[in-house]
Amino acid sequence: MPPHKIGTEAQIVQFTNCRILRGHELIWEDLWIREGRILDPEKLFFEEKKSADVKKDCEGHILAPGFIDVQINGGFGVDFSLTHEDISAGVALVAKNLLAYGVTSFCPTLVTSPPDVYHKVLPQITVRNGSSKGAGVLGAHVEGPFISHEKRGAHPDSHLRTFEGDAFQELLKTYGSLDNIAIITLAPELKRSHEVIKELTSRGVCVSVGHSVSHLKEAEEAVRNGARFITHLFNAMLPFHHRDPGIVGLLTSDQIAPEQQVFFGMIADGIHTHPAALRIAHRAHPKGLVLVTDALPALGLGNGRHTLGQQEIEVDGLRCCVAGTNTLCGSVASLDTCVRHFLQATGCSVETALEAATLHPAQLLGIEKQKGTLDFGSDADFVVLDDSLNVKATYIAGDLVWKDKTFSH
Amino acid sequence: MRLVILDNYDLASEWAAKYICNRIIQFKPGKDRYFTLGLPTGSTPLGCYKKLIEYHKNGDLSFKYVKTFNMDEYVGLPRNHPESYHSYMWNNFFKHIDIDPNNAHILDGNASDLQAECDAFEKKIEEAGGIDLFVGGIGPDGHIAFNEPGSSLVSRTRLKTLAMDTILANAKYFDGDLSKVPTMALTVGVGTVMDAREVMILITGAHKAFALYKAIEEGVNHMWTVSAFQQHPRTIFVCDEDATLELRVKTVKYFKGER
Repeated sequence: MPPHKIGTEAQIVQFTNCRILRGHELIWEDLWIREGRILDPEKLFFEEKKSADVKKDCEGHILAPGFIDVQINGGFGVDFSLTHEDISAGVALVAKNLLAYGVTSFCPTLVTSPPDVYHKVLPQITVRNGSSKGAGVLGAHVEGPFISHEKRGAHPDSHLRTFEGDAFQELLKTYGSLDNIAIITLAPELKRSHEVIKELTSRGVCVSVGHSVSHLKEAEEAVRNGARFITHLFNAMLPFHHRDPGIVGLLTSDQIAPEQQVFFGMIADGIHTHPAALRIAHRAHPKGLVLVTDALPALGLGNGRHTLGQQEIEVDGLRCCVAGTNTLCGSVASLDTCVRHFLQATGCSVETALEAATLHPAQLLGIEKQKGTLDFGSDADFVVLDDSLNVKATYIAGDLVWKDKTFSH
Repeated sequence: MRLVILDNYDLASEWAAKYICNRIIQFKPGKDRYFTLGLPTGSTPLGCYKKLIEYHKNGDLSFKYVKTFNMDEYVGLPRNHPESYHSYMWNNFFKHIDIDPNNAHILDGNASDLQAECDAFEKKIEEAGGIDLFVGGIGPDGHIAFNEPGSSLVSRTRLKTLAMDTILANAKYFDGDLSKVPTMALTVGVGTVMDAREVMILITGAHKAFALYKAIEEGVNHMWTVSAFQQHPRTIFVCDEDATLELRVKTVKYFKGER
């Protein structure tokens, strides 16, 4: 029996009857939480001589770290790139609705926009912890405007920029400040991109290569200078060629130092990437695969016409194109849908599928000590999943922030 | 002595677990009346622990009013090392039951003053009113706890250097690397266990057969320290068939008949 607790002592909660993802495996093990962090129960037992105050039965379900989406353009009608809206309210709305998809942290993504949009929007996308109000914001992902004209995809041509002029200063002037930026996607074939990549990396910004016609050599140079992500592999880059692998060749490049792991985003919605291509990428470099949604404002809204950045798009089921064309421009598949699709398409283990949406994005951003795992001391952001990986409940800092009506908690 | 022989490891584990369970229940432990249990580690008692956990999960057995005292712990191994006896007890027993952490006692192999730690352990046992039932195992060299051959049969809790046999036997838990195996341990003495009101020794497997023979069919000898229990008023040896392979047919028949 635990000794009588004084009111000010933090409550210890023990989640039982569950399989947790730990050490790259799903094991039958209880999850202990105190003060919003994952607790080591053995240490608690032997050093503090305490037991749990509350036990919660998880009905035999899976407990995984909360999902992390590093590329999402909006959702539920909100477009992060639109200035006339109240961006803070928009981010908050998306953050709240993402909880139902098991997402506990995300990077609001801005497509290529004019400088005044960045100057207005970025300061409103503040980095913050998640809570019952919504998933946490890790920082913005600015995709563009320093990208290739040919591979701009749905990005507006008129706002593309280069580094000629003042290189890094040019970038800083365009965005206004790096303060709330977590990831920048750029095309490494642009002149002077390498000094920009070096400078950004030294300032702690994650640089991603994408929307580019770069060949492998230039991409490798970018990685040597600090780039460590590939934005939506296969899409908006040169196709893989056996004598000229392009950016895709980074997955198996021998020019990259072992400590410089390269990650790559994949939109596993069944539309942006053929399952066979998904399997090839996964098998070539399984530890680097990061599931992203690249979701549109139309996420969660259904079929019809919607706005993205400065452009109009058309949604039909899971398929979205620039209005009037066949150019894909993002997805409306939620991250948990992507996890399930990835599992089914690759036949990989449940652990692997889960890590692609948790551990790997956390490692990409260098935050794996707080997010993306259920290791002792990590933030208690986790999801309860059934065996088909449907989300039953979402927890942030140990608090229940969303649950399916059939779940008992 | 009682010698209880079961057909196989699982049945022996179950018999032992049922015995412990019944002892606790019959004792009727409560707020001012704790049942004190001495506990072993190693591969032999794993089946017994699993069964006890099962009885607890079925609602048949509570450890709320049970105090436990483990036999030993390695010296110098971090408490959270996967091979420490603290880790063993947490993973194989404590985390599955409702024992109060204040009542689970294990020697601290990282104490700054090891002998003081041993003396304090003896004191804790005394303050708990002595041990009602001490459960132990036997090493292939006939040792109980880490009372290696040559240990005094009236010894108390103290620091011991491990015998080469023991170090070799333990190597498999340390990636087969002898340099990683601890060479010293804190252990309850033979005398400490003899003080318990009742003792139950679990012995399973053919590799323990010779030690069992030496322990019960030969004389009391400090080279086979388990033999000391021939002089304890209430000892039970629980074995599987394989562990009896070195005993006389006459001995086995006698005890099987008695059962």
